[in-house]
Amino acid sequence: MALSTGKYGKFDPQNPTKDRITDIGPRHYWEFFPPSIQKNYGKWLYHEILEPGVLVHVSETGDKVYTVRCGSPRLMTVQHVREICDIADKYCDGYVRFTTRNNIEFIVDSLEKVEALKKDLWSRKFVSGSYKFPIGGTGAGVTNIVHTQGYVHCHTPATDASSLVKAVMDELFDYFTGMTLPAKVRVAVACCLNMCGAVHCSDIALLGIHRKPPIVDHEVIDQVCELPLVISSCPLGAISPDKTEEGRRTLKIKVERCMFCGNCYTMCPALPIADKEGDGVAILVGGKLSNAISEPKFSKVVVAYLPNNFPRFPEVVQTVKKIVEVYAADARKHERLGDWAERIGWEKFFEKTGIPFTEHLIDDYRLAYDTFRTSTQFKFTEAAWNVCRAAGGID
Amino acid sequence: MFEPKRPQRELKYEELRIYTDEELNNFTEEELKEFKIKHEIPAVEELERGPWPSFVADAKQEALRRRKLADDRIMIDRYVVEDLLGQLELSFKDGETHWKHGGIVGVFGYGGGVIGRYSDVPEKFPGIAHFHTIRVNQPASKFYKTDFLRALCDLWEYRGSGLVNMHGSTGDIILLGTTTEQLEPIFYDMTHELDQDLGGSGSNLRTPSCCIGKARCEWACYDTQEMCYEMTMHYQDELHRPAFPYKFKFKFDGCPNCCVASIARADIAFIGTWRDDIRIDQEAVKAYIAGDIVPRGGAHRGRDWGKFDIQKEVIDLCPSQCMWMEDGKLMIDNKECVRCMHCINVMPQALRPGTDTGVSILVGAKAPILEGAQISQVIVPFMKAEPPYDNVKEVIEKIWEFWMEEGKNRERVGELIQRVGLPKFLEVIGLPPAPQMIKAPRANPYIFWKEEDVPGGFTRDIKEFRARHKR
Repeated sequence: MALSTGKYGKFDPQNPTKDRITDIGPRHYWEFFPPSIQKNYGKWLYHEILEPGVLVHVSETGDKVYTVRCGSPRLMTVQHVREICDIADKYCDGYVRFTTRNNIEFIVDSLEKVEALKKDLWSRKFVSGSYKFPIGGTGAGVTNIVHTQGYVHCHTPATDASSLVKAVMDELFDYFTGMTLPAKVRVAVACCLNMCGAVHCSDIALLGIHRKPPIVDHEVIDQVCELPLVISSCPLGAISPDKTEEGRRTLKIKVERCMFCGNCYTMCPALPIADKEGDGVAILVGGKLSNAISEPKFSKVVVAYLPNNFPRFPEVVQTVKKIVEVYAADARKHERLGDWAERIGWEKFFEKTGIPFTEHLIDDYRLAYDTFRTSTQFKFTEAAWNVCRAAGGID
Repeated sequence: MFEPKRPQRELKYEELRIYTDEELNNFTEEELKEFKIKHEIPAVEELERGPWPSFVADAKQEALRRRKLADDRIMIDRYVVEDLLGQLELSFKDGETHWKHGGIVGVFGYGGGVIGRYSDVPEKFPGIAHFHTIRVNQPASKFYKTDFLRALCDLWEYRGSGLVNMHGSTGDIILLGTTTEQLEPIFYDMTHELDQDLGGSGSNLRTPSCCIGKARCEWACYDTQEMCYEMTMHYQDELHRPAFPYKFKFKFDGCPNCCVASIARADIAFIGTWRDDIRIDQEAVKAYIAGDIVPRGGAHRGRDWGKFDIQKEVIDLCPSQCMWMEDGKLMIDNKECVRCMHCINVMPQALRPGTDTGVSILVGAKAPILEGAQISQVIVPFMKAEPPYDNVKEVIEKIWEFWMEEGKNRERVGELIQRVGLPKFLEVIGLPPAPQMIKAPRANPYIFWKEEDVPGGFTRDIKEFRARHKR
């Protein structure tokens, strides 16, 4: 028993179904649990966050299990994974865990081990100076950013993800290693409207968007795409059949109907939509998916577009930082970002954050009416006086 | 309980390994400092600075090791990582991705698990001309033994790029970048040696995922790992052979805190809940009020928020206003409780979910496009969730049957419900309507009455009508 070597290893290309094993599923979870987890499975009484990134879980058996949580860039190499294994072997008897938000968790059974582990983790740096395993991501702070592939591996992105995450987390680092916010703040990045990163219910969501309609590659479109399928893929009916000058079947796009979702490109490679000037980042805020206090809710667009200023995205980073800082200063304890914005009113959100309110933030897609103000219960801000002036209501 | 569906092969890295310790440590920190990759990448290198872990600095380590491995010790291009960084630099410059659209590749007999990827500038970056993704079905809640991870690393060093995602958004381990030729050898070793299967991609059941559950959480109202594993194993065919209109996701959350985001991201979200009373330890309540126990398990330690105020921080924030203090005791009117978890989150040593537990089943979440984003909606308020979960499987299969029959190409089940209407959906899966399924009753009176709803039916005689009303 060993992993195979050589071009095909033990696989025989002449006889591909020989000894084939399929549908065995994942490894069973039980043997991957540390003994302390096995022993206390389902017996947990309560937990406590001793300091940022360090948790203790107390069992009815009297056992205490300590977890040290570290950030990760999600995109990593086997070199990095092996270093994680080295640490897990040294302190955790060869067990390690990853969280849904791509943190790494090392689980130990004593405070002494926690101290040694913390010291070790903070001492590990890349040669360029970045921490390899920053400790944090718990409680009322910012945890790891869930994100997508971007330019590293995806064929439809409108921005890059790994670089954007690195830029934002460098700036929010103190909120990762600390717990100074009114509640947790979940940040997520998706590099196009497909939202593989499912940013639509995050406190702060960064979303790659296109702003130019697709280009039709007339030369090949009838050969590489099923035209009726492409036509029906458009949520707004902006695509219709057409003929080229040579009489070949092709498609045309009603630009005024296009909302730049890229669904047609997903269906048909002959409709590229990406564009250096067109593409950029939208910022959405106030979503959540926990049922605690308020119901789960969608994130709302507060910045329709910022440029893809690679590799550090200064405009995006500064806007995110501003939102977090204003929220941190203004919200009440236990209040999530969206709950804060709703309590003070969105008009105050824009006033306090200094984010300009533009026509692009007023919904003009389906069910837009649900987002319109149909009461006189609003607060006066400078934006209101501007409207009053424009309408001739005041001098 | 806790038994795998089939015997698990015990893995020992020492028996599985491909690389020697010398090969795994074949460069020094000095060499790494001096190391220049084969492309000029000033913008990408900018991402090596700053405190957050740098994927670029990490990638360079891997690039250096691959430079120094012997030719017959890696089966794909040794410059694969360097070419990836080079292409990333070009993408920054061009403001556009350089991955080609599409490419159908896979392993024999599976319709999912592998995603084809090709560079559109292979002449500049030959190492990533083919750069296919493999999705590996992660073990429930992502605990690992290092023997497994190290063996996977060796396999991926040898037959892949050495780049991975720990983990992808749906939960799988993502192995990033290999050639078509290596797909079958990887699959062979993964199944035969690592005893491990691929995950899902395409129009099939996607790899189910669950929260940490009973493994290390006091709030799990059912065994999320067990249920996630059972459903993954039971529906292997649906996971690997696309037969659906589009993707379909299950996620298992142990409580309404929804740590795996089931409510926002799963076509069927299983959310742990209870139907009896919140357990109260009144002594612990007193200890929280007295300041002897830190609220919220210390989540707010980073800042001085003043003394804990149970009225302001718990009772007043209760969404159903079902709590009050009486004679120094915390009282809860449990029949009015909406199980939001806030009071439990704030005072975990005083309050715990009830003991008569199960799942709420919600259906239809998805990210945007077409009908826009959707959060799942309640269809079954409470269901016992115990092995072998036959009651749950019955609901799942009814939903699938309806969706596979009525769903259009690329229509998620949540969109189908929008299109045909929730009443129709409930009728098909055989559930009575209930106010728990809605936020409020409809505001429009445009009701689709059926003929059988109305006495006398829809057919009427115009002559009879005219006998009463002249033209």
